[in-house]
Amino acid sequence: MWKSITGRITLIAVLTAASIIILVPSLTDRVPAGWRDRVPKINLGLDLQGGVFLRLAVEIDKAIENTTMRYADDARAVCREKALPVLAFQKAGEGGFSLRFPPGDFASRAQATLKEEFPSLDVSLGEVNPDGATVIARMKPAEIQAIRTNAVVQGVETIRNRIDQFGVREPQIIAEGEDRIVVQLPGVKDQQRAIELVGKTALLEFKLVDEGASVEEALKGNLPEDDQLLYQKSVDPQTGRATKTPMVVKKRALLTGDTIKTAKVNFGNQAGGAHVSLSFDTRGAKVFDRVTAENVKRRLAIVLDDTIYSAPVIQERISGGEAQITGSFTPEEASDLAIVLRAGSLPAPVKVIQNVSIGPSLGLDSIQKGVRAALIGALLVVIFMGFYYKFAGMVADFALVFNILFLLAGMAAFSATLTLPGIAGIILAIGMAVDSNVLIFERIREEIRAKKSVRAAIDAGYDKAFWTVVDSHVTTLITAVILFQFGTGPIKGFAVSLSMGVAINLFTALVCTKVVFDYLNAKKPMQALSI
Amino acid sequence: MIELVKNTKIDFMGLKKYAFAFSAALVLLGIVGTVQIYRGNANLGIDLAGGTEIQLKFQKPFAMDRIRSLLAGAGHGEATLQEVSGENILMLKLRAGAKQDEKMIAEPVVNLLRKSLADNPFVVQSVSEIGPAIGHKLRSDAEMALLISALAIIVYLAWRFEFKFGVAAAIATFHDIFAIVGIFWALGIEMDLLFITALLTIGGYSLTDTVVVFDRIRENIRLRKKGTFSETINLSVNEVLSRTIVTSLTVFIAVVTLLIFGGIVLHNFALALAMGIVVGTYSSVFVASPVVAVWRGEKMTEVKR
Repeated sequence: MWKSITGRITLIAVLTAASIIILVPSLTDRVPAGWRDRVPKINLGLDLQGGVFLRLAVEIDKAIENTTMRYADDARAVCREKALPVLAFQKAGEGGFSLRFPPGDFASRAQATLKEEFPSLDVSLGEVNPDGATVIARMKPAEIQAIRTNAVVQGVETIRNRIDQFGVREPQIIAEGEDRIVVQLPGVKDQQRAIELVGKTALLEFKLVDEGASVEEALKGNLPEDDQLLYQKSVDPQTGRATKTPMVVKKRALLTGDTIKTAKVNFGNQAGGAHVSLSFDTRGAKVFDRVTAENVKRRLAIVLDDTIYSAPVIQERISGGEAQITGSFTPEEASDLAIVLRAGSLPAPVKVIQNVSIGPSLGLDSIQKGVRAALIGALLVVIFMGFYYKFAGMVADFALVFNILFLLAGMAAFSATLTLPGIAGIILAIGMAVDSNVLIFERIREEIRAKKSVRAAIDAGYDKAFWTVVDSHVTTLITAVILFQFGTGPIKGFAVSLSMGVAINLFTALVCTKVVFDYLNAKKPMQALSI
Repeated sequence: MIELVKNTKIDFMGLKKYAFAFSAALVLLGIVGTVQIYRGNANLGIDLAGGTEIQLKFQKPFAMDRIRSLLAGAGHGEATLQEVSGENILMLKLRAGAKQDEKMIAEPVVNLLRKSLADNPFVVQSVSEIGPAIGHKLRSDAEMALLISALAIIVYLAWRFEFKFGVAAAIATFHDIFAIVGIFWALGIEMDLLFITALLTIGGYSLTDTVVVFDRIRENIRLRKKGTFSETINLSVNEVLSRTIVTSLTVFIAVVTLLIFGGIVLHNFALALAMGIVVGTYSSVFVASPVVAVWRGEKMTEVKR
């Protein structure tokens, strides 16, 4: 081992000074900003500072099916315009559908028309028999692949956009594997609202109400094939009672939310409730202008994620490219709606498959309990060592203080995340830290019993216990590394603090204690050792 | 010099019959527990089984029966309720049932309780919902971690000691892990991801004690050259008994502090660690060394490094 006592003391002093410089800003805010902003800090895990962890499954298959159905609806509308009678419609595998036509040249004309109208579809002729002919249309593989990739990438982007507008410090939104998104929102207080904001598909559609269709019949299941049954939800502001009104609307959306330029919350006018005003981009404004001109005096349903928010009668042509969504919103609901409309819809619906929400009070409570347990644990260990090994025990205690200091500074230097199990890891590391010294001291006792001089006994004790100490560290490190590899967030925190604590212990338990004994032995060999 | 144990001359090898019988019973319990876990008859945490856990803090003491009947009325009769005494905290657990639908139910449940218990408002301290798919993933990750660390430990020990010592140490380690699983299962204490973490930590730590004993056996064989292997083991274990106990004691102190003061989240974790330290200390003395003796015979052949 390193011989020069001054050299070792200098090294320890430098490490201590560096540790304090790095660590202090993690412990208190009352330091100059220049210092605070220049050093890395210990991060608190979600379990300690409160917040939301969400794992979302992106329902890519549903996105593909939705796109297919939209193509199918459009295709049938085109056929109707060209007077090509569709006898039957069927889904045909992933991204495909088939249309059945009567005998004659209908099918081949439909094939030609669809090919021209929808360049992203592969259109082919299927089964032909005396009853008629089938046309099969399928999305091109590149198109399907694009939906797959886009669903996750665009989903992450959209969620980030929403969260940024909601206002969360240091959110983490990342794609995981092929069809998952992990969202971490530290410090969020209104957790249910945040979850809704993240998980909402927010597909906004404008659809015509089919006044000709009967709602009673639709409720029995008799629905014209171009129509669908949706519900308008409204909440009575006085009683808080929610009512659902069924309504039959055209399946085909005249305009969707992707043409929205901005959305903002307004208060006032009717009933003092909040509403959201939209303004469309140029293309959207043009479509909206045409749609309103063609459908004056008809009702236009504003549909968000298959729920009707309002269905006002178009009084006159609207050319400015502005629209309003009214409903019984609270100000928060209106503001969140504006956020999701501005950020855009998710390309595919998502499902929450894991939700861990920790309230801020519980996080604070956990920190207090954890820190208290750590302090009491450290104190008891310190007392025990001083009691059992007297002076030598106090030397080990002195090394333990450095061990804890270096450990916390190390965690700050790597910007490691401290979790509640991480605090447990620190407590465990404290208990294990003095073990190295126990092994050494017991060996020294044996050597003293064997009538060696104090100085020789100390040297022999450190030498002979060395490999045993290393072994015990390695076995703990092996498990800690594996835990880090396989663990989830909080458990990773445990692995980090335990493994760093044990690794640093190799230095503090061997070097920091030995230098004390060497210093005492330097001028005149010690005659007795209190151990 | 304060010494907990002094100049002991305990015949550990003579006690091995009883030790083996006791250990066999522990391991058997552990195997039964493990099988039952896989058959679904164990108290698994929702992070391994999937489900919903909600922690509520009420302003005033609450009536468990009332809440139970409210939940039953909403179709959650199978909910497990646990009260943290003195703190007005309710832990509510709903395992993912056989229905296996991944619908998240925390919000409706919270809303139901908020409406029905308007006279005793509460704050939601934490919500944890884990769909079965994620539960399965976390579980297979945990199994993988246990398997790999077992392999890594055997490899390390086989490198540090001769093969038979390595296997004996591994047997002692598995003995400890099975024992804790068995005890937890028999007592019906919840086993979650933190419990698995504790198992791995125990595995790593209990090895430390074993290594201390093995190091000394190796050294004594080199020095003594006479007597039987069992005598050498007895001598070695007695020689290191004091440090085995003291090292375990310091960690035990730390873990018990955690058990008492660490709060409800860390309670079972600390309990598993505390049990593991006791069992691990026992096994390094009564399992690891006797296994080597039985396997190796009484010849004093030098131990390869």
